[in-house]
Amino acid sequence: MADNSQRNDSVFEAAAHRARVRRNWLLSTPALIILVLAASGPLLVMLAYSFLQAGDYGGVEYRFSTEGWFQVFLARDIFDDTVSVADAHLSIFWRSARLSFLTTVTALALGFPTAYFIATRPRSSRNLWLFLVTVPFWTNLLIRTFAIMEVIKNQGIVNTLLMSAGVISEPIQMLYTDFAIMLGMTYVYLPLMILPVYASMEKLDFRLVEAGYDLYATRIKVLWRVIIPLVKPGIVAGCILVFIPSLGAYVTPRVLGGGRNLMIGNLIELQFGQGSNWPLGAALSIFLLLVVMVALLLYVRNSQKANNIVRH
Amino acid sequence: MENSLSTRRNQFSVFKQPGFTIIALACFIVLYMPIVVLVVYSFNSGTSPAKWDGFSLQWYAAAWNNSAVKTATLISIIVACQASLYATILATMAAMGTTRTRPYRGQNVIYALVNQPLMVPEIVTAVALLICFAVIKELTDYRGLAYLVLSHTAFCIPFAYLPIRARLEGMDRTLELAAADLYANSWQSFRRVTLPQLWPGILAGAMLAFVISLDDVVITEFVKAPGQDTLPTYMLGQLRRAITPEINAISTALLLISAILALFVFLLGRKHGN
Repeated sequence: MADNSQRNDSVFEAAAHRARVRRNWLLSTPALIILVLAASGPLLVMLAYSFLQAGDYGGVEYRFSTEGWFQVFLARDIFDDTVSVADAHLSIFWRSARLSFLTTVTALALGFPTAYFIATRPRSSRNLWLFLVTVPFWTNLLIRTFAIMEVIKNQGIVNTLLMSAGVISEPIQMLYTDFAIMLGMTYVYLPLMILPVYASMEKLDFRLVEAGYDLYATRIKVLWRVIIPLVKPGIVAGCILVFIPSLGAYVTPRVLGGGRNLMIGNLIELQFGQGSNWPLGAALSIFLLLVVMVALLLYVRNSQKANNIVRH
Repeated sequence: MENSLSTRRNQFSVFKQPGFTIIALACFIVLYMPIVVLVVYSFNSGTSPAKWDGFSLQWYAAAWNNSAVKTATLISIIVACQASLYATILATMAAMGTTRTRPYRGQNVIYALVNQPLMVPEIVTAVALLICFAVIKELTDYRGLAYLVLSHTAFCIPFAYLPIRARLEGMDRTLELAAADLYANSWQSFRRVTLPQLWPGILAGAMLAFVISLDDVVITEFVKAPGQDTLPTYMLGQLRRAITPEINAISTALLLISAILALFVFLLGRKHGN
């Protein structure tokens, strides 16, 4: 008898679980439909497009071709069909990688001390400092890029100040250089570094820092041997969060690079505008996506490892 | 522990690292200085960006009277209102379907799909949408705002979803169980018990979605048909010509909206201890 009711219970429970799962799927489906229509689905269509032949004036011809992928790295001479490495593309990839790396390093150099500073404030004022970090994050990326432009252009405030102080006699050309792009990206993505580093820093047990000093460690030693190892997950998260959008940046290089200093994002756009080579643009996009996915995978690995350490 | 640290702080602070405070304060100045410069020069009466010619609201007046700016503002607001409304409703439903439940098969797929717009570079999504919508436009001959609304709704969903989910996970289940004990059906208990508790999360999600939609440049730039400029894409287009402080005036107005919404969400979070 008791056995029977127990079995009934588990049958009911399984049925209830099934009903809940069905309800969960029903609730999630409308959002998934929109996301598949306007986020995931188009990526698959684009993958297909990267294997089609380019139309003469943009668009595609519906014929299979690997030319798009071929052109990502290689170039074919117009006259004698000799194949060579696509120098123009490689230099753009190199610029994207270099500038993203420099942006990440600069953001870390600025963001780490800032996160540390916020984490060591009294509890009551921490939220206010954090709020100050998040406000720029809420404001339009384009506007922040404009703002940087105002500051560094030839008649901008930096050049004007330097000239009136007599440090320089001619304005320094900062706008429309790689440096400007790097500066702009550091500026717009800095909050993405500060926030995750702070999140790790907040959990830091300062008794360990104190123990370090008790054992006669210098400040530098405590920083390198105690603080940095303990907040490493936050540092890695911040670096990934800055590196990924930098790699795919489009607005910042377009505004601050002045159309000459292209990054991958601008190269992609070019294929859908003047270049009229949609399959190449699609292949470049998938290529960028793959690089970003690898970076994200490293990030997930890192956070799983961090979780394991906490659990042990 | 706090106590022992604070007494020691007088002689030797464990918190101190040389130079960190200076770098941090410099960081805050760097974060705000360009924005301040932009805002200040929007009130400059001259066209020269380098020197200050006196206070004036003329650039605001110029922007106000510019019909292209008016149209762009209207389109921005129409798209942002619709996209944030739809995204918030869909995200609330999805959050209800993915939190506070035993893990089930496919849950990770839902997470991955919902968060996908956050992971894929915007330019990649933008180009993919351009390709797809080009096909649809050719087939249906429809060229209205629905393309913009659809794509904005999609990338707003994760931004609305995250605060709603966070709120749901922090919520006390006992009230809902009590409602069920008192024979409330699932709709009644949602409407009368869950929703009022969930409201701050929904509001935060909706405002975040609104700002994200209002600020979007890249996807809008590739999806819009001619004449469908939003404020950000209008501003980007003006970049090819000489920039007047009119752009600064529009930027300042947009900054103000974002800052107000950010403050609101901040206060909302603080009030509800989130």
